[in-house]
Amino acid sequence: MKYHKPKTFEEAAQIAAGSNGVTRFLAGGTDVLVQLRSDVVTPDDLIDIKGIDGTKAITKRGDGGWDLGVAVSGAEMMEHAELKRDWPGLVEGMDLIGSTQVQGRATLVGNLCNGSPAADSVPGMIAAGCTVSITGASGTRNVPVEEIPVGPGRTALTKGDVISAVHIPPRGARGGDAYLRFIPRTEMDIAVVGCAVNLRLDGDEISEARVVLGAVAPTVVLVEDAAKAIIGTALDDGALDALGATATAACNPIDDKRGTIEFRRDVAAVLAKRAAKIAYSRAKGGQQ
Amino acid sequence: MSKHHVSATVNGDPVEYLCDPRETLLDCLRDHLGVMGVKEGCGTGDCGACSVTVDGRLVCSCLVLGVEAEGAEIGTVEGMGTEGNLHVLQEKFIEHAALQCGICTPGILVAAEALLKKNPDPSETELRYWLAGNLCRCTGYDKIIRAVMDAAADMREAS
Amino acid sequence: MALDSGKPKFKYIGTRPNRPDGLDKVTGRARYGADISAPGMLHGAILRSPHAHAKILKIDASKALALKGVKAVVTRADFADGLSGEDWNIQENCMAGEKALYDGHAVAAVAATSALIARDAIKLIDVDYEPLPHVTDVDAAMAEGAPVIRDGAADYSVPEGLHPNVVRYFESGRGDLDEGFAKADLVLKRHYTTEAAHQGYIEPHACLAQLGADGKGELWCCTQGHWYVRQMCAAALGLEVSQLKVTPSEIGGGFGGKTTVFIDPVALALSRKAGGKPVKLVMSRSEVLRATGPTASASMDIKMGMTKDGKITAASGTYRMQGGAFPGAPVDETTVLAFANYNIEHVHHVGYDVMSNRPKQAAYRAPGAPMAAFGTESIIDEMATQLGLDPLEIRLKNAVKEGVRATYGPKFPAVGLIETLEAAQSHDNYAVPLGPNQGRGVASGFWLNWGGDTSASVAISEDGTVAVTVGTPDIGGSRASMALMAAEAFGIPYENVRVHIGDTASLGINEPTHGSRATYASGLAVIQSAKECIQKLSKRAAEAWGIDPDAVIWEDGFARPSGPNAGEFEPMSIAEIAGNMSSSGGPISGHFEASPETYGGSFGTHVVDVEVDPETGRTTVLRYLVVQDAGKAIHPSYVEGQFQGGAAQGIGWALNEEYIYGEDGRLQNPIFLDYRVPVASDLPMIDTVIVEVPNPGHPYGVRGVGETGITPPLPAIANAIAAATGVRFTKLPLTPPRVLAGIKAAKNA
Repeated sequence: MKYHKPKTFEEAAQIAAGSNGVTRFLAGGTDVLVQLRSDVVTPDDLIDIKGIDGTKAITKRGDGGWDLGVAVSGAEMMEHAELKRDWPGLVEGMDLIGSTQVQGRATLVGNLCNGSPAADSVPGMIAAGCTVSITGASGTRNVPVEEIPVGPGRTALTKGDVISAVHIPPRGARGGDAYLRFIPRTEMDIAVVGCAVNLRLDGDEISEARVVLGAVAPTVVLVEDAAKAIIGTALDDGALDALGATATAACNPIDDKRGTIEFRRDVAAVLAKRAAKIAYSRAKGGQQ
Repeated sequence: MSKHHVSATVNGDPVEYLCDPRETLLDCLRDHLGVMGVKEGCGTGDCGACSVTVDGRLVCSCLVLGVEAEGAEIGTVEGMGTEGNLHVLQEKFIEHAALQCGICTPGILVAAEALLKKNPDPSETELRYWLAGNLCRCTGYDKIIRAVMDAAADMREAS
Repeated sequence: MALDSGKPKFKYIGTRPNRPDGLDKVTGRARYGADISAPGMLHGAILRSPHAHAKILKIDASKALALKGVKAVVTRADFADGLSGEDWNIQENCMAGEKALYDGHAVAAVAATSALIARDAIKLIDVDYEPLPHVTDVDAAMAEGAPVIRDGAADYSVPEGLHPNVVRYFESGRGDLDEGFAKADLVLKRHYTTEAAHQGYIEPHACLAQLGADGKGELWCCTQGHWYVRQMCAAALGLEVSQLKVTPSEIGGGFGGKTTVFIDPVALALSRKAGGKPVKLVMSRSEVLRATGPTASASMDIKMGMTKDGKITAASGTYRMQGGAFPGAPVDETTVLAFANYNIEHVHHVGYDVMSNRPKQAAYRAPGAPMAAFGTESIIDEMATQLGLDPLEIRLKNAVKEGVRATYGPKFPAVGLIETLEAAQSHDNYAVPLGPNQGRGVASGFWLNWGGDTSASVAISEDGTVAVTVGTPDIGGSRASMALMAAEAFGIPYENVRVHIGDTASLGINEPTHGSRATYASGLAVIQSAKECIQKLSKRAAEAWGIDPDAVIWEDGFARPSGPNAGEFEPMSIAEIAGNMSSSGGPISGHFEASPETYGGSFGTHVVDVEVDPETGRTTVLRYLVVQDAGKAIHPSYVEGQFQGGAAQGIGWALNEEYIYGEDGRLQNPIFLDYRVPVASDLPMIDTVIVEVPNPGHPYGVRGVGETGITPPLPAIANAIAAATGVRFTKLPLTPPRVLAGIKAAKNA
């Protein structure tokens, strides 16, 4: 294994493009090192991108949105009071990954690129409408997060592509987001089901919404029917029931060591309803 | 396969080592620098026995490559206190019988110290969640939690 | 000091001093299995089978041997021939012979100049396997047509007509079941299952081994019992036992799982093949989970009869347990303990020890007892609910006490079950009002405890301080309890005692720190050795004074003249006598070598409150109480620690811990991410009450306390969940999917 520490994303992309073997980008390393230690993947070229300027920066844009460097850790996001105030669901999704120790290193982009349908930070990013910059051979392009995962462990990134930044939209007025996941213990588990809800209110009514489920299909899924079920409502019981039903219907899960198909379908509805209530309350200015 | 030369500090002392890029910081601390208070319980970031601080940030040293530590300040249990001048946490762990076999103890001490630096007055729940990545199989955590809470109270009083 | 002088008064026993090894363990200085190195040391790695069951046709290590830095490759051919019985089982488990018997079974090993080279090298070993049909479930393994793990493994006890995978059979009982059930107002039959759980010690197995062609070797390793390690390694390698010296490191948890060997013989074989160079071998976590002993899994049928006022009239149990690809599932202990808490006239047990394609089970804290308790304490609870009786009252009505003949034969000496039940009943936790979706569960448990081969020595140093050497590794603070008992016996300060764990060359043989025996047996040995010292010390004083040795009494670290000589001479301190040791007759020390059998069993009763989320099936433990009989708590903090640790492990086993095998027979959760032991945020404080009904068989009344605590949690948690949900669960673990499915099924019924 060769270790590289490029100074620019262009250089990083070139190293990856020129590699004859397996490449991995190293930011937090909390997946890459586990795979290395377990002999699952030993890259031929390991490209540490933390030496690139800006990878540790959290920057508020002029439009009120946020740009995050790709090596910003979960702990750094949690410590950023303003970011957390804007996007509590997104930040909490990141915070749920692993232990305090893992939080010291783990990153949004690493979680995304690992390609797991159970990735805790990805539903929140998709619900928020985040995009990522991808630097490749042909320059840098901007892509919605929901287009990155294409299957368990697989992403739409091609050889020589490296994600170079995360962009979070402006929170705007009367918006709220939330992410909940189900795990058997209180910490340290992979999500059996995850659900993020991001919504905006007009009066008491929901005017915009995005509902995203994790761990219930080969990829994280943006559930448009679930959003439709609550848009135009004040999240009354009928809307919540419709939300739950659409969430269950959107599941295409498997039975595995972490949960059953039936359990995932049932709990997707439960979490969707609970997350929507929190997001709704936050949009109303609640501190939940 | 060429090795990398790394310069860093461990518990305030300058160190240098040569490492294979596949070696973790945990491997380097133990095998190249003889810092044996850092323990490997899982190698996958699930147990916390290898907890250290890197530039003040609590991490699992099994999830950091040795080569990444270039220029870093690393803190381990060996840097917490010395005989005759133990850290309050170390004293309280002994006093409260907060260890049985003791293999998880160095990692828990390092993690608890990192919490108390950030939050000198954690609730029991905050403490339990902070330490969720530090597995202890002997104690059921009860006496560990009591020891840390007691240490935190003493440290608040002293400051 | 003696028990017969009424209530014993102790000066040191029962206090809570700092443990002697505390400083080492909070500063990172303590040396565990993987913490020692030797000059010229090689690093080992083990190649493991990816198949659950396969013939090993050929092993080609030529590519590995060609890798620079590789110094030795060993296979089964490098071990001794002609072993039988448990020696063969252990050897076969450490290194497969003709077949790989489970996913993770060792098939070859490498020693190289670095750990990375060793790991690279094992990937270069080519093994030709012929996969065979496999079976991992206990009921499937004894069913007709199940793949045979090894023909001829069954012993004489197995009746004809059973599957060859049934290797031991146990049957015991008394009375007449029909008569007993006829007297019952309520008879219930239930089927229960428990999954295999791993001991989950945080320190993976590790050792540093050196063995020469001359058959002389040294081994440093983390173990609960180094004399066992010495015997097992010597057998596996064909060595004379005394030629191997084993030194225990500090041990990072064991819970029974480090009473046997997995890698030590392999490291020794590598060293011998590499020309006697020392070899360090350290397991990874996934190796620990795949290839060291979890406990057995169990499938059980329980039947119980009860009168309407709660008197148990008869009970029977059939227990089928798989302990992996070797004989040894602790079904013997399960049958012995099944109904041991209760005074039942008509009782019958049947047990089957079954082999399957899983790793060889190892002891895990009260082996066999938690499964037994899950069946018995669940069915009693369900009957109590049906009869409208209080669960503690029903246990009090049937509880054994001194003089009652146990279901397994002998009459009980003084035991503390009733005292634990009463203490639980009067504890505040038992009266806390519960909210919606909350439930309270209680259960009792028992462990017989053990004495076993025990050697110790106590030596007086020139300054009157005391060096104690015991053979039981300190796994949870036993140095402190040994020092307290020595301090009490001598009447000298705790700090004046230093406790050492001797290597295999420094004492006679010792059984491991297992069976809850260390504080009882090594403690007894230390006290008796101290008494021998005191006799000698008193004699020296008598000689100095010119009086009869019988006229000297020993008090608070001083020899004092008594009787007609009282007051005639100044008392002589231990330091004074020790200072003149060389000129007054030479060194003074005391020894103990015996296999004490006066261990007293320990009963415990647990009370737990849980809340179950009815929409997700997730259980939260709200509060937990352990009440247990310690006989006499030497260092109460470490007694409480044993109670709390046992409870936490039991909670894990009840809720989320399990071995999950795929259709391919491979272990699906060989890392801590998916083998879910409780984390700090999963548990509440664990309240404890130490009951002290002295063990008449120990000078200070000690009962072992290490194991009983894991026995009640399985049923206590299940009973609490039943109370919270109204649904009775009979399969462990009680994972959220299982609980939610149960709640839904009950709703739809």
